[in-house]
Amino acid sequence: MKKEKLSLEKWIKDADARNITLAEFCLEESAKELNTANIAVMAKMKEVLEVMHASIETGLSGVKSHSGLTGGDSKILAEYKGNALLGKICYDAMTYAIAVGEANASMGRIVAAPTAGASGVLPGVLFALKKHHEFSDIDLESGLVVAGSIGKVIGNRASLAGATGGCQAECGSAAAMAAGAVVSMMGGTNKQVGTAVAIVFKNILGLVCDPVAGLVEVPCIKRNGSCAVQALVAAQMALAGVESFIPADEAIDAMKRVGDQLPCALRETAGGGMATSPTALEWAEKYFGK
Amino acid sequence: MNLIDVIGPIMIGPSSSHTAGAVRLGLLATAILGETPKKAQIFLHGSFAETYKGHGTDMALLAGLMGWLTDDVRIPNAPEIAAETGMEFSFEPIDLGEMTHPNTVYFKIEAADGKKCEIIGSSIGGGQVQITQIDGFPVEITGRLPALLVPHKDVPGVIALVSSKLAAAGINIASMRVFRTDKGGTAFMVIECDQNIQGVLLNEIEALEPVITVKFIASVL
Ligand code: SF4
Repeated sequence: MKKEKLSLEKWIKDADARNITLAEFCLEESAKELNTANIAVMAKMKEVLEVMHASIETGLSGVKSHSGLTGGDSKILAEYKGNALLGKICYDAMTYAIAVGEANASMGRIVAAPTAGASGVLPGVLFALKKHHEFSDIDLESGLVVAGSIGKVIGNRASLAGATGGCQAECGSAAAMAAGAVVSMMGGTNKQVGTAVAIVFKNILGLVCDPVAGLVEVPCIKRNGSCAVQALVAAQMALAGVESFIPADEAIDAMKRVGDQLPCALRETAGGGMATSPTALEWAEKYFGK
Repeated sequence: MNLIDVIGPIMIGPSSSHTAGAVRLGLLATAILGETPKKAQIFLHGSFAETYKGHGTDMALLAGLMGWLTDDVRIPNAPEIAAETGMEFSFEPIDLGEMTHPNTVYFKIEAADGKKCEIIGSSIGGGQVQITQIDGFPVEITGRLPALLVPHKDVPGVIALVSSKLAAAGINIASMRVFRTDKGGTAFMVIECDQNIQGVLLNEIEALEPVITVKFIASVL
């Protein structure tokens, strides 16, 4: 028997029919699936949030990566005193996301959400929002439940791994998850959550996975910063009432098709993209050669 | 995939496959040997061989062998700590052939009492792992659920004997597979359970005539 695919559209319809928010719906579903109580799911999310928060601090302290290739950028951003181009939320989301990416590369403790490579996007967005909108921990926890549930749909219909679907499946999915969480936390409608997810994939489609020397550093860390901002862009459009011509499930399916069409060289093998630029190749040879 | 799989695991970076997955492979290897090895020759295949240095795969494998979990902050110091505790270890590249998963490790490990074991396992993405060979035997152990590894003489009725012991103790079997190379020799039973299994029950199963030994392998996810 062929199992029916998970559908974000269907969840949204079901939640609307019951007159509950998608966050409430996702919490119930997750508790059922994990065979536990709602409160236990929230407790787990609290633990996750604490690690996310600590990982931002780790990065901002100015760590160097294990290979020595990256590190220190989030500190530069946090200490920048010039005229910021971005608004405060975008600026902080970008900075925090990069901080977590740097913490990850330095062998610090992080939450893979959905993966280690894309681990900066969700904490970046959530903690920037918390700082500027005074959300409580419970708001953030329920945002995480929404984000994780969106991730389940993406994982089921497409993939969350760069090796399978390129970076669009990794950082792109993280951005879609974060965008949905933001809309839900900001009090958007259930439908707007789906719209934000769809918009992210429209904007991020085709992003390849091309880590220099196969390490989760270049371009991964900066992509966490830019995908955090992408999440906010999509959430902003959805919250303002902009709609997506392509529905969320179909946008996810399009991401899958593009992932399937990506050559192996652009799926985490370091066989193309940034990874095969002369500077990258030269560094890799020096690093692994000695 | 459930919520905790997507929002998690909590782990030491940088890579779920090359770091967290490697810790889990080490944990499984130690569980299969039955104790932390005194000697470990570790052979790395494919992407593990090419990039282990930058991902801390070596550290992660040693951490797992010492029984540490994927979020243990000591992982970057695993080689020093392993050496302090008197473990002898080495890392070498190996080519296990094109058909082998690119993130594969081949452990040759030895316990303090001289007991040896050869284990091959792969990190198959997102921190998920799979042990594919034990002492030349093809097996499939994922570490998702607590499992029993039961090498036994390949004679009729063994499965019923073992499963009735589990049933009597109220242990629910999630899956059971038997792996063998040829009829009538030794076979491996891998039983995944919903609960952890206590020592007394392990001894009872081990006492069954056709059973050679029993190893309990805790879940590593
Ligand atoms: S480029 Fe590849 S390794 Fe880096 S974050 Fe994106 S998907 Fe992950």
